[in-house]
Amino acid sequence: MNFMFRSRWWSFGFRSTVMLYFLLLVVIPIIGIYTQSFSLGWKPFYESVSDPLAWKAVLLTVKLAFIAAVINILIGTMIGWTLNRYKFAGRRLLNSLVDLPFALPTAVGGLMILLLLGPNSFVGNIADKLGFQIVFHEPAIVVAMIFVTFPFVIRAVQPLLEEMDKSEEEAAYTMGASKTKTFLQIIFPSMLPGVLSGGMLAFSRALAEFGAVVLVAGNIPGKTLIASVFIYGEIESDNSQGAAAVSIILLTFSFIILWIVSRVQARRSSK
Amino acid sequence: MHIEVRNLNKQFGDFHAVRDVSFTIEKGHLIGLLGPSGGGKTSILRMLAGLETPTSGDIEFLGKRVNDLPPQERGIGFVFQNYALFKHMSVFDNIAFGLKIKKQTKEQIRERVMELVELTGLKGFEHRYPHQLSGGQRQRVAFARALAPEPQLLLLDEPFAAIDAKIRTELRTWLKELIERVGITSIFVTHDQEEAIEVADEIMIINKGRLEQKGTPWDIYKSPETPFVAGFIGESTIVENVGAIRGFEDATKIPGTKALIRPEYIEIGKPGEIRLASAAMDGRVKHLHFRGSEWMVELEVGSSKLITYRSLEKEVLHPGEQLSVLVHRAYLFNDSDSWIMENKLKEDPMPIHI
Amino acid sequence: MKKLWIPLTYSIFLILIIVPLARILTGAWSDGWNGFANALSRPEALHALLMTGLITIVVTIINTLFGVMLSLYLVRAEWLPEKLKQLLNSVLDLPFAVSPVIGGLMIVLLLGPNTALGALLNDVGISIVYAFPGMVIATLFVTFPMMVREIMPVLQEIGTSQEEAASTLGAYSWYTFWQVTWPAIRWGVIYGVVLTVARCLGEFGAVLVVSGNIINKTQTATTLVYQDVENFNVTAANGVALVLAAVSVGLLLLMEWAKKRKEVH
Repeated sequence: MNFMFRSRWWSFGFRSTVMLYFLLLVVIPIIGIYTQSFSLGWKPFYESVSDPLAWKAVLLTVKLAFIAAVINILIGTMIGWTLNRYKFAGRRLLNSLVDLPFALPTAVGGLMILLLLGPNSFVGNIADKLGFQIVFHEPAIVVAMIFVTFPFVIRAVQPLLEEMDKSEEEAAYTMGASKTKTFLQIIFPSMLPGVLSGGMLAFSRALAEFGAVVLVAGNIPGKTLIASVFIYGEIESDNSQGAAAVSIILLTFSFIILWIVSRVQARRSSK
Repeated sequence: MHIEVRNLNKQFGDFHAVRDVSFTIEKGHLIGLLGPSGGGKTSILRMLAGLETPTSGDIEFLGKRVNDLPPQERGIGFVFQNYALFKHMSVFDNIAFGLKIKKQTKEQIRERVMELVELTGLKGFEHRYPHQLSGGQRQRVAFARALAPEPQLLLLDEPFAAIDAKIRTELRTWLKELIERVGITSIFVTHDQEEAIEVADEIMIINKGRLEQKGTPWDIYKSPETPFVAGFIGESTIVENVGAIRGFEDATKIPGTKALIRPEYIEIGKPGEIRLASAAMDGRVKHLHFRGSEWMVELEVGSSKLITYRSLEKEVLHPGEQLSVLVHRAYLFNDSDSWIMENKLKEDPMPIHI
Repeated sequence: MKKLWIPLTYSIFLILIIVPLARILTGAWSDGWNGFANALSRPEALHALLMTGLITIVVTIINTLFGVMLSLYLVRAEWLPEKLKQLLNSVLDLPFAVSPVIGGLMIVLLLGPNTALGALLNDVGISIVYAFPGMVIATLFVTFPMMVREIMPVLQEIGTSQEEAASTLGAYSWYTFWQVTWPAIRWGVIYGVVLTVARCLGEFGAVLVVSGNIINKTQTATTLVYQDVENFNVTAANGVALVLAAVSVGLLLLMEWAKKRKEVH
C-alpha cells in the first residue's frame, strides 16, 4: 500500500481529480450562467432585466433583505452579548438553539411561519382585526428572512467577545468611564467587524433565500414576488435566458458582499 | 556521518535566506549553528534534513549527494523547536513511531523504546500524553523519538528555546553527555552564544545567510575573522577614536579604523598599581555596577567609553575616581580588513632576541 | 441592564425558534395520531423520504472525500502557487453566496435536455436533469464549501511540524496522513459531515429546480412539503416537516457534541 501511494502517478492523479472536480462543480457553472445570460446578446439581456416585474422583484428583495439584516444586526448583537457575558439558567441551551435555523430545512422554516402567522392562526387573527396583514405580504417575507439568517450575526460576534481582552474594559473603568461609555467606546468598536461581516452575510443570504420565503410570500408579481421566486417562475416557464439574466444581477450583488466580508476578515486576521 | 556542503543557497521569493554556504563536518562531532534570529540557521538545518529544497548547491552525506533524497530516506533524526510531539499519542507511541515504520517486531520496538525511556530518564512516563508533561520532559521525548530509529545524524532546531532558564543549563549538560555517549554526529541551531560555547565541539557563525566563521569555541573567541564574529561573541565595546588609546596610535594610519575591545583585554588599577605604567593611560570611573560575583566598571578615557570587570577582592572603587587604564590588545577593523593588535608600548623598548 | 437583556433574549428565542418548533409538533398532531401516520404512510411521502435519504448518503460521501483532499491541498500543497491558492480559497465560498435556485438553474443550463452535453448524455441513456444524478450534483454544489471550511482552519492551526517530524522518522505521506493528520482533524471532519447531512436534508431550492418535482420519482421530502402546502394539505405537510425537524434537532445535538470534542482535541 505504502509504496503505491509513494508513486508520482498516484499523487498526480489525486491532484488532478480534486482540482478538476472543483473546477467542474463550482467554477464552470458560474461561468456558464454568466455566458448564458448574454447568450442572445445584450438586447435580450437588457429586456429581461428591464422587465418591470423583474426589476421590481430585485428591488423588493434588496429592500426586504436589508430590513431583515438590520433587524438581525440589532437582535444578533444583543443576543451575542447576553449569551457571552451573563451567566443564567438555560444559557447553554439557548446557545445551542442559535444554530437551529441552519440545521432546519428552509421549507420547514417557511411552513412554521405560515402556521404561526397565517390565516386562522392566533397572531394572524389579531393582526387581521387590527387591520394589517402578515402572511402573503411583506412582513411575512421579512420574518422568514430573519429566521433563516438568525445565526449569522450572533456567530460572528461571539468569537470577538471571547477573545476580547477584559483588561481593556477594566482599564476604562479604572479611568472612571461609566458602563455605557465603556460599552460604546471600548467594547462596541471591537465587536463592530463581527457585527458588520455577520450583517452582510445575513444580507447576502436573505437576498438568496428561496425555500422559506416561497411558502409565505404569496408570490404576487410586482407586489410580493422576490427575485429568487421570480427566477424559479422563469425557469418553470422555460425562459432560461431571462432567469439567467436576473440571476447574475443577484449573483453579482452577493459576490461583491462576499468579497467585502473576506476583505474585512483578512484585515482582521492580519492585525 | 561525514557531511559536506558546497555552495548552498536558498531563496524564498526575493529573500535570500542562505548565501553560498560551504562546510564539512567530521563524524561524531557536535556542531552549533550560532547567529542572530532570522539569519538562515534554521533554513540550513532544514535543508540538511530534506524538509526544504536548496535553490542551488550540493549536500553530501558520506560522499553521496542527497539533494534529491526525501527526508524519509536520509537517515536523520530531527528535534523540532516546539518538539512537534504527536499530540494524540502517548510517550511510548511517540518514541515507537519511527520503529513501527521500520516494521520491527513488537518485542524489538518495546525493547528499544524502554532503552530510550531509561536513557532519557522518562521511566514511569511512558503512558502519559504530551500535554501531561513539563517542557523539559517533552524535550526529552522529542529527543528519544528522534534517536529511536538510530539515525546517522541528529539535527536539533533551537532545542532549548522553549525551556525555563533554570532547567536549561541542566538540560544542556545532559544533552551534551548523552550525545557523546551515543556518539552521533549532531548539529544544533541556537541564537544563544553561551549555549553554543558550552555545548558545541565546533561553532559555525551564521549571519545574514552567510557562514562567517567555523571553528572551536576557543578559536572563534580568540581570533575572530570578521567584525561581526568579534562583536557577536563575548562582550565588547567599540571605540571609534582608536588614536586616543595608548599603545594603539599606529592604528590611525589607515583612516576609518575602529577598535573592538573586550573587558578582559583591559587592566585597571589605582595610579601606581599597574606594572607597565608606560603603556597605561589615565581614565575615570564613570559608573559601577554590582554583578554578583564582580564589579562591572564603566570607564571614561578621553571621549571614549570602555567596560571592564574588577574582582570583589580588590579595593572598592568609587565613581569619579581617577585610574590607570592599560589596554592589552584590541581587535581592529576597517571596511576592508581586520586584525588583532597588541599594545605596542607593552613590548620592551630594547628586546633581547634569544 | 442585565435584568433587561436576559428576558429579552429569552423572548426572542421563544418567538423565533421555540414556539414555531412547537407549532410544527402540534400541527402534525392536529388530526390525531392517525393524521400524522397517514401523512407519512402515503406512498409519495415514503418515496420522498427515501430520495432525500439516498441523496444525503451519496452527497455526504463524495463531499467528505473531496472536501478532505481539497483542504489538504489548499493548506499544504507546495505545488500550488500561493496566489492561486488564495484565488481558489475565495472561489470556494461562492456556493454560499449563490441562491439555491440559481445553483439549480446553473445545472439545468449546463446539463439540461436542451444543451449539447445533456442531449449527448440523453442519447446514451443517461439523464441528469429531472433525475437522480442532477439532484446529487445540485446538492453537491450547495454543500461544497462546508467540509472544506471546517477542516482548513484545523489544518492551519496544527501546522506542519508534526507531519515534518513524521517524515524525518521515515513515514511517507499516506502513513503520515492516517497516523498524524487524521487524528487531529477527525472531529472537524465529523462536524463537517453533520453540517453536510443537515444541508442535504434541508436542500430545497436547487433540488426543486433540477428535479422538476415529479411525484414518486424525483420528489424529495422538502419539495413534498412545498407541494402539500401549495395544495392546501397543511396537515400532511406538517407530518413530513415534523420528521425533518426532528432529524434537524438531532443533528443539532450531534453538532454540539462534535464541537465539544473538537475543542478538547
